[in-house]
Amino acid sequence: MQNALSVVFDSLPYLLQGSFLTAGIVVFAMFLGLFIGIFMSVGLVYGNRYIRYILTVYVWIFRGVPVVVLLFLFYFGLFAFLGLNFSAFATVSIVLGMTTGAYQANIFKGAILSLPQGQFKAASALGMSDIQAIKSVVLPQMLRLSIPAWSNEYSIILKDSALAFVIGAPEIMARTQFVASRTYQHLSLYITAGIIYFLLTWAGVIGLRKLEQYVRIPGYSQHGNQ
Amino acid sequence: MMTDKKPILRVTNITKSFGDITILKSVSIELAKGDIKILIGPSGGGKSTLLQCINCLVLPDSGEIELDNKRIHFTRKQDIYRLRQQVGMIFQDFNLFDHLTALDNITVALRKVKKMSKKEAEKRARLELKQVGLDDKEDLYPAQLSGGQKQRVAIARALAMDPKILLLDEPTSALDPTLIGEVISVIKELAIKGMTMIMATHQISLIHNLADEILFMEDGRIVEQGPPGALLAAGNTSKSQGFCDLLDKLSEVEE
Amino acid sequence: MELSPFYQDLFTSLNSGLLMSIALIVPSAMGGVLIGITAGAIRTYGNRFFRTIIDCYAAVFRGTPLVIQLFVLYFGLPNIGIYLTPYLAAVVGFTLCSGAYQSEYVRGALLSIKSGQYLGAQALGFTTFQTIVWIILPQAFRRAIHGCGNEIIYLIKYSSLAFIVTCIELTGAGKTVATEYFRFTEVFGIIGLYYLALVSLAIIILKKIEHRLFIPGFGHH
Ligand SMILES: Nc1ncnc2c1ncn2[C@@H]1O[C@H](COP(=O)(O)OP(=O)(O)O)[C@@H](O)[C@H]1O
Ligand SMILES: [Mg+2]
Repeated sequence: MQNALSVVFDSLPYLLQGSFLTAGIVVFAMFLGLFIGIFMSVGLVYGNRYIRYILTVYVWIFRGVPVVVLLFLFYFGLFAFLGLNFSAFATVSIVLGMTTGAYQANIFKGAILSLPQGQFKAASALGMSDIQAIKSVVLPQMLRLSIPAWSNEYSIILKDSALAFVIGAPEIMARTQFVASRTYQHLSLYITAGIIYFLLTWAGVIGLRKLEQYVRIPGYSQHGNQ
Repeated sequence: MMTDKKPILRVTNITKSFGDITILKSVSIELAKGDIKILIGPSGGGKSTLLQCINCLVLPDSGEIELDNKRIHFTRKQDIYRLRQQVGMIFQDFNLFDHLTALDNITVALRKVKKMSKKEAEKRARLELKQVGLDDKEDLYPAQLSGGQKQRVAIARALAMDPKILLLDEPTSALDPTLIGEVISVIKELAIKGMTMIMATHQISLIHNLADEILFMEDGRIVEQGPPGALLAAGNTSKSQGFCDLLDKLSEVEE
Repeated sequence: MELSPFYQDLFTSLNSGLLMSIALIVPSAMGGVLIGITAGAIRTYGNRFFRTIIDCYAAVFRGTPLVIQLFVLYFGLPNIGIYLTPYLAAVVGFTLCSGAYQSEYVRGALLSIKSGQYLGAQALGFTTFQTIVWIILPQAFRRAIHGCGNEIIYLIKYSSLAFIVTCIELTGAGKTVATEYFRFTEVFGIIGLYYLALVSLAIIILKKIEHRLFIPGFGHH
């Protein structure tokens, strides 16, 4: 017990350093996902048949294949095959970004479809082009409606980022495993790692809830609009 | 006028508090067969609470309820279930079971509470639906019915249980003005058939045409009580009169 | 047509891995739903003490990565003298984690039932037990099924983590072959197709069930 605590105490700074990499993965993946999600959702709703078909297949693949399998496929397979020399960090960020992009595409699609029909028409009636209407009427509403789902995505990506250790990116989980294999204090170390993830998860979720309140427009919420 | 009739329901000195606030302050009502008593008064006066106390959806803190001269013990589950089977309740917001069709909303109680067979229950349910003019809607779910239709199904559901008394809590106030008529006419038919009722309502035509007695409730008490002819006579200065005048004006504005 | 030794090896391994995956998924899914219903009911109706405990359980398992939970069970518990087999560690981890997420949907479903539904039943003389069986459960079931089904689909995907605690299922079996032949793209591409098949099958079954149980006013699109 004594030993377990001292190991945890000694290795804590080392483990916590891993959270920078974890945070990097999450931030990169979230924004890549946001970018992919927005473009895809617009394509899924307003695109022609072929665009919709291709995007649907993309969503199907990234929502159906486990993250570990994607990591192995991209890191050891596809990227090498294509001659791309991506680091483990870059690979994890890209794979998680593409995965959450598939989910975010569906979230945004749902949000666009739940906007009252009249919004787009009203924008067009004011003489806006389609792009202008999407940019200044559809997107601002859609992003607000999507914050709750977005917070869910954040928590999923954060937890999935712990899988980066299977390809050797030195984030929290990999570091914990490294220390544990040397000190044999598995239980206390993994519980410590668990606590770090727990705090990161709920801090982010609560932060996004605050954001949601901050950008809220009176009388306008997911429920109010259904 | 009512002296020769034996009361079937006697509610004596009911009180009810939520936390520190006393909602009902020693309220008593007697009801004989065929009586129609109408509760009016400002919102928050305790009408809904009183009606829910009468069939023990809200348990009174003190007081007595007697049905057919038998006292209901509030601590005995069986007493309460028996009371509820004999006293029907119509809610402002219908409370139809959302996962059941119009027909099954009626049969579920007949089968589970009255232990009727499926066939019997359906036969009875169809009969009641026909009475409220909805025999062609039996397969529709609440989400597919209009407010007026929902309330008529709710009335059919309550009647199928053969209640001795029907309690109605503002049965028309959640309805669009255009749908109120169909529910009012169903209630009027019930009155003609001699149904015993206590009804909270702000519907002037129901108050004028149906009430044997008006009970004006305010601040947890019945503060005025009497036949409409007396209370609402022209030039009377009763609270009921003032209140009904107000309702009259409001309904004119609406039209 | 004769398959090359690589493909023969691959499919033999993947098929036995698939069996192991199914042996992981089925009991975990059932256990998860069972725990989810119990935990969800306690989180909604329980007294303050039990509610707090179960809320904490759900927060912990939803707030930490599943890999960590598996590592604690498989590598951590031996520190205090508890040894689980790889299979058991995986099933216990999946079940507890899945149950925590399921409880969220069950709770949401129970909370979404309006108080009028209880009142309506009580007014007709239903006992509390009858109200639960005939009114509350059928409605809660329909409200929860979409989320619970999605959670099972997640479980199918996350069963791929079992190999990390040395329980060799689909992903683990494929990884061995891939390393041996050094053919990662093909192997993990094919594993991906296996999972796509499993997930798509689950989605189809779930849609069928949802469709059969569909009632106007309870739909989820
Ligand atoms: N369950 C409850 N808990 C606390 N207060 C309640 C509850 N039910 C009703 N009340 C209060 O009782 C008062 C009377 O309400 P109600 O019986 O609904 O009056 P009415 O039907 O005449 O409008 C109101 O002030 C209301 O806020
Ligand atoms: Mg009321």
